[in-house]
Amino acid sequence: MNFSEVFKQTNQLCKVSPDGKYLATCVQYRLVVRDVSTLQILQLYTCLDQVSHMEWSSDSLFILCAMYNRGLVQVWSLEQPDWHCKIDEGSIGLVSSRWSPDGRHILNTTEFHLRVTVWSLCTKAVSYIKHPKACQKGDRDGRYLALAERRDCKDYVCVFVCDDWHLLRHFETETQDLAGLEWSPNGCVLAVWDSCLEYKVLLYSLDGRLLSTYSAYEWSLGVKSVSWSPSSQFLAIGSYDEKVRILNHITWKKIAQFEHPAILDSTKTVYKEVEKRPAVGSDEMSLHSITIGTTLFNTQSKYEISPLPVQIPVVKPDPDRANPKIGISALAFSSDSRYLATKNGGFQVQSLNWHCSGDSVILLGKEQLCLCYMDTDQEDK
Amino acid sequence: MPESSTVKDVLSSSVECRTSPLRRFSLTSLHRNSLGVFCSEDNVQECLSHISQELSSFGLPPVWTAGGGSELNIVAVLNCMYDLIQLHRRGLRTLENMEVEQLKSNSNVDFLQLSTTRLKEQLEISKRENTGLLERERQLQLKVKSLQNCLKNEKEEVQKLQNVIASRASQYNHEMKRKEREFNKLKERLNQLLVDKKEKKQAIDVLNNIGRADGKRSLWKTEKTEAKHEGEMYKTLLSDYDTRQRELQLENAELRKVLQQMKKDMVSILSSRKQAAKGDKHEHGGTQAASEEEDEVFDSSKDSVELYCVHAREKLTNSIRLQWRRLKSHVERLDSQVSSAQTSESKTADAVPRETHEEEMDRLKLEIQQCKDFIQAQQQLLQQQLSSPCDEETASLLSDCYMLQEKERLGDEWKTLEEQRKIFERERRNFTEAAIRLSHERKAFEEERATWLKHQFLNLSPFSDSKKPSLSKSKSAFLISAETEVSAAVAPEKFIKHQSEPPSCVPLTSPSTADLYRTLCLIPEDSSTKPKTKMEHVEESSVFCGNAPVRHKLWDDIQDRTLSQEKNSSI
Repeated sequence: MNFSEVFKQTNQLCKVSPDGKYLATCVQYRLVVRDVSTLQILQLYTCLDQVSHMEWSSDSLFILCAMYNRGLVQVWSLEQPDWHCKIDEGSIGLVSSRWSPDGRHILNTTEFHLRVTVWSLCTKAVSYIKHPKACQKGDRDGRYLALAERRDCKDYVCVFVCDDWHLLRHFETETQDLAGLEWSPNGCVLAVWDSCLEYKVLLYSLDGRLLSTYSAYEWSLGVKSVSWSPSSQFLAIGSYDEKVRILNHITWKKIAQFEHPAILDSTKTVYKEVEKRPAVGSDEMSLHSITIGTTLFNTQSKYEISPLPVQIPVVKPDPDRANPKIGISALAFSSDSRYLATKNGGFQVQSLNWHCSGDSVILLGKEQLCLCYMDTDQEDK
Repeated sequence: MPESSTVKDVLSSSVECRTSPLRRFSLTSLHRNSLGVFCSEDNVQECLSHISQELSSFGLPPVWTAGGGSELNIVAVLNCMYDLIQLHRRGLRTLENMEVEQLKSNSNVDFLQLSTTRLKEQLEISKRENTGLLERERQLQLKVKSLQNCLKNEKEEVQKLQNVIASRASQYNHEMKRKEREFNKLKERLNQLLVDKKEKKQAIDVLNNIGRADGKRSLWKTEKTEAKHEGEMYKTLLSDYDTRQRELQLENAELRKVLQQMKKDMVSILSSRKQAAKGDKHEHGGTQAASEEEDEVFDSSKDSVELYCVHAREKLTNSIRLQWRRLKSHVERLDSQVSSAQTSESKTADAVPRETHEEEMDRLKLEIQQCKDFIQAQQQLLQQQLSSPCDEETASLLSDCYMLQEKERLGDEWKTLEEQRKIFERERRNFTEAAIRLSHERKAFEEERATWLKHQFLNLSPFSDSKKPSLSKSKSAFLISAETEVSAAVAPEKFIKHQSEPPSCVPLTSPSTADLYRTLCLIPEDSSTKPKTKMEHVEESSVFCGNAPVRHKLWDDIQDRTLSQEKNSSI
């Protein structure tokens, strides 16, 4: 394992292009595009203000840089460095900006979620979507965009065709307060879940029919995170009760349930990071089989196998505060749907991302990065 | 009455004394005689003395003295009588009293018995009540415990719900606060906007339009495009359903196959058991027959297409369930049998088969070990054989050690054969020599005959008698040799020795013996004919010396032939 030299970045804005060839980082107001293999700087763009959000388009040709303070969005092209595009939202402000799934439209959410402005880069046309909620998701193929809407204290889901922003379907959901939605990878099912006050996961087909509802329990805090398996066969639901429930796509019934007990004493292998520095941080994960871990920079740490039973240090969250730091906050399936990585509790892992080959998972902490390789030859113990 | 008391005492004390006089008097047979009267006229004295003794034993003054004769003191007698009556009366009274006492005590006893039985019954009843009450108490205690548990659970649940409520409340509060903050921000913004006249418009500033991602032109929003979009959407949904249905179909087919297989296996197992346990099956006879029919019907329609109809599906699942139930019952029966066999039979019965089993096992193990050892030994020897570095001599010696015996035998046989061959050679040589000699002799004989004939011819006269004996001799020799040859031809293996003839032709077994005989036979024939022919020749031709070379030639030919034959045989 080799490490490259250290590059500066701000705001954790560092993304690899969807086709895997380029790496874009933001440093203050500059956008730096490098080649992934050589890490040579290919392009350098200057934005008008500090970049708050940066995103690649789905075809890896354009990069969007949003500056929320100024309400500006600038789009840069890789093929033609001279090409430029600037979107000014004016006095209405900007809260979030993102690409549409087809890579030719930009969706800007204005302040207070007043509306979503759809800017077309092809035609310079503008469309508006009213009453949006904070969740919009495009499907994997880039044909449809699902957007959650709240009107008259009711939640609706709007499905748009990304070609011409034609509203394909508009249906009400049976949720109290829709907290999130997620397309299945095959683009046929939309999973919609309620806010954490109620455990409710609704499954809608592409044409707006309700396929199934799933509710594991009542009253306690509900769903925290949801993830589809890449084959669209499983839906993993992580909840505040520290359990992951897996539903199958035929009957939409629970087929498996994984717990995250505080004391591990059965089948799993537990790797504990032991740091030489006495400072904070033992990132512990219990996955099905981990073999190697890597670290960066000064902190010399290695992973050793802890003998079972292992007590995972749990910080009991303050029950009086809202959105407590318990429960499954991150879920990620590996690309062959063999493994599921989960993050429970208040650990310092910000995101889990699997490598496309399904062999390794990247744990991104606030300052640290860790790669875990699955030993696919071994059977898990 | 002190008298009565003394009398009682006397009575009680004199009980023993009483018997002795009676005994005494039994001897004298003063008891009531045959008439039943104690006293009669003959034994008055004795009765008197007896009575006085008795009275004295009672403590009463004597009535009669021995010397007084038979006269009695009437006063004393009356007194005694009176005393006796009194005594008797007292005794009766006491008897009555005692009887009364006895009755009383009997009644007391009865009463006590009754009361004891009554009390016992009461005790029983109270004991039962006690146990009943204890039982109730126990049940009530259990109930109390369970209720306490319920209470605890309820309390926990209440606690949990309270926690839930608290968290929800905090969540609501948080949301409320967030919304309020947002609202405030909105209000501020609105104020700001109202104040702020300059309104920044939204604008987009693009250098040039870029093409669509898929390169197509953008279309106007028309009904057609809407319909197209709908169509596309439904297409994706349908394709997804299609793939899913296909997958499910495959899975279904596999599962059906598995079920069929299972059913077949179960049927085979059960049918094999059917012969073993027929008794049990009789009860299921009816259902069995029905299900068998069903199975047969089912097996006949093996085409999987049949299974697509709901009834066929149900049939399959029902038949599987039936088979499974049967199998389960059978297995349970076996289990119970095994367990009953284990428990009912004593340990010896269990131990004996186990012991024999163990013995068997040990024996087999021993056998295996022995075989293994044997194999190992063999292998070792083989290895030794192949790889042992022995010296030349032993190597050469050992090289053919396995065939030694055979070789020796072979050698012996060879030797015998060689000997035989030599003998045969010798015999053949002798034979040929004999043949040559014979031929010489024959030549000589022929010459002799020729000369004889010549002489005969020349001496056609009565003076030819002197030559005959030598001729007859040679003739006889010839005949004998022919005979021997004939015998040799007939019995080729016999060693016939002829002492009479110098040319001892020992007949040999030679392949050419027959030929030789033939040729030799031919010779006498020839020779027998030849002389005739010769004679004819002689007769015919007047040239004498012409015959001799002819004869010689003939002889040579014959000799050559014999020699060649000998050569052939020798080869």
